[in-house]
Amino acid sequence: MYSHKKSPLVWFSHITVLVLVVLWTIPTFGLLVTSLRDKDQIVASGWWTSLATSTQNLIYRTPGEAGQTEEGGLYINTGNALEDGAGKVSRFGTSSLSPEEYEVGQTVDLDDGMQLTVEENGDYRLTSPEPFGRRGERIFVTAEIPPRFTLENYRNVLTAEGIGQSFLNSLTVAIPSTIIPVLVAAYAAYALSWMKFPFRNLLLAIVVGLLVVPLQMSLIPLLKMYNYIGQTFDVPAKTYVGIWLAHMGFGLPLAIYLLRNYIAGLPRELMESARVDGANDFTIFNKIILPLSYPALASFAIFQFLWTWNDLLVATVFLGNSEQTIVLTARLRELLGSRGGNWEILTASAFVSIIVPLIVFFALQRYLVRGLLAGSVKGG
Amino acid sequence: MEQILKALLAVVIGVAAAVAYFYGSNKLLDLIFPSQTKDPADGARNLRVSGMIRPWLFLGPALLSLGVYLVYPVVASVWYSLHGASGDTYVGLANYRWMFGDSEFRQSMFNNMLWLIFVPALSTFFGLIIAWLTDRIWWGSFAKMMIFMPMAISFVGASVIWKFVYDYRGEGSEQIGILNAIVVAMGGEPHVWIAMPFWNNFFLMVILLWIQTGFAMVLLSAALRGIPEETIEAAVIDGANGVQIFFKIMIPQIYNTIAVVWTTITIIVLKIFDIVLAMTNGQWDTQVLANLMFDWMFRGGGDFGRGATIAIVIMVLVIPIMVWNIRNARKEMEGR
Repeated sequence: MYSHKKSPLVWFSHITVLVLVVLWTIPTFGLLVTSLRDKDQIVASGWWTSLATSTQNLIYRTPGEAGQTEEGGLYINTGNALEDGAGKVSRFGTSSLSPEEYEVGQTVDLDDGMQLTVEENGDYRLTSPEPFGRRGERIFVTAEIPPRFTLENYRNVLTAEGIGQSFLNSLTVAIPSTIIPVLVAAYAAYALSWMKFPFRNLLLAIVVGLLVVPLQMSLIPLLKMYNYIGQTFDVPAKTYVGIWLAHMGFGLPLAIYLLRNYIAGLPRELMESARVDGANDFTIFNKIILPLSYPALASFAIFQFLWTWNDLLVATVFLGNSEQTIVLTARLRELLGSRGGNWEILTASAFVSIIVPLIVFFALQRYLVRGLLAGSVKGG
Repeated sequence: MEQILKALLAVVIGVAAAVAYFYGSNKLLDLIFPSQTKDPADGARNLRVSGMIRPWLFLGPALLSLGVYLVYPVVASVWYSLHGASGDTYVGLANYRWMFGDSEFRQSMFNNMLWLIFVPALSTFFGLIIAWLTDRIWWGSFAKMMIFMPMAISFVGASVIWKFVYDYRGEGSEQIGILNAIVVAMGGEPHVWIAMPFWNNFFLMVILLWIQTGFAMVLLSAALRGIPEETIEAAVIDGANGVQIFFKIMIPQIYNTIAVVWTTITIIVLKIFDIVLAMTNGQWDTQVLANLMFDWMFRGGGDFGRGATIAIVIMVLVIPIMVWNIRNARKEMEGR
């Protein structure tokens, strides 16, 4: 397109795009890093500091009488002041007033005949002629702590916070809501492309019009209808079937529009030669159109999956927030309210909820782009 | 595990039902009107009749679904907006009178206007700049992928991500939200960004901007590639520089795509709800129409009349775009 000489414009492009890409990815990256950190560290320092070795002042409390052993008349507490994490202790102390009093590696005399040694790797040994009290002694250590990451937060949210259950609920909503509309829309799109019947153009115009009808219009009438059906036939009003049908209804205009654009673009000779051979429309559709339309079907399926997986509004209204059926997005929103300050829970939960769409996105990006272009740009 | 099996079973049953319907109904049609008959005249007539019926078999489920989930609700919403909280008593225009007098509604309208002015414009602007710049660097496709990525993230997920960016800690403790950390490092004061009336709207808009820029970029990038080379070469020969080429030659040729991007994002903005719900739930003057409507659906046991009235407002705002879309689609179909 252009001659690639190193003009100022090319340098300007490199720098500007780099800045924008960093701006666009930093928030997500911060979430990922934070979700892998220890929950005490998350609130103690910014996530950007966790990628480098940092000097930290830690407080450790010895187990006291609960963990003491006796050896030749001395009572001993031993253990690791860094709680067996990696790190390099430089100084230690026993009072909050002078936490960096002693050089590491030396044995120091404390009150009541106690002696304390702290090694560079955090191992300590505290001895006392008398038995220890119920509460142990505090040891202050100053240490170089390398980046430390843990999967603890994920273990926690997948079990205790109900994220695992919601993950399954989201899948239960999204998969059928993706497959069934594709099939229904493909037949309709074929009819609107290659079959002759009255009002064809009017129907097409209606489908295009329905593309932009806001969901908000549908909520109240449908909620009333669902409740009415629930009362009349004595069935629960909020079911998976109900939300699948709702997602199908809301997804169909785009599905029909996308697929029609694609199917109408197929060469006419295909149908005509098949018709000459005595095939009817049903056979033509199954044997010729469907196999040829896979790219378009895949494009729409990706859209619909992302949309149903990420949806909050439809799920809240038609499925409700009961413990058994609540989907990930709704659960996340609840956590934002109830666990507003617990970033270890929020970040891990959020990442669980975005990992599936991200995998879909990176694996099937080409189809997604193709679908976007077909849906809006002529001849795309 | 049990639930996975249930879900799988449901998928199989749902898909099987759809397949069975199409297969069964078409087979039935062929049985009733066989095209292979003793008398060729009968066969020809049968073929004609089945040809008239078959399209409706194909369209049936789709039309039913569209009718129930989109067409009927539009009509029903108008009806509900003229009725009271539970949808039984006729109240005339009382809901509309209440709405225009309601300060919360006016606040929502004002905020929606802000969103409508800034988000589509900035998304399109950034999308265009990125599409144009990435075309000339070797790692452009990677850059595009990274900018496009937020499109896959749910609005709620994005809200968590940005809430963490905007996080505020009191004076004296270390800031863990990156925005406040930067502000403090520059020597400024940390702020509770989402609780600053008026300005907080912009902090919420950033989230949608972050999500939608990738969409704008993908479409505009394709449009820029579709520009005929000759027009650009001619401009280069005439001595135009890069910026002139961009504004005078390229932009006019992709007006149509810009319009499509703009209107698509406008509709998303009109329906914006998840972000406001998750970030502030309309507190600190951030309320928007769709969230206000959602609020009224459940507030005080739910006031369906008021909720439907607000939904009508959103619909009315969408109608011009709807008309424009249908017009464009018509033009395109005549071109085929």
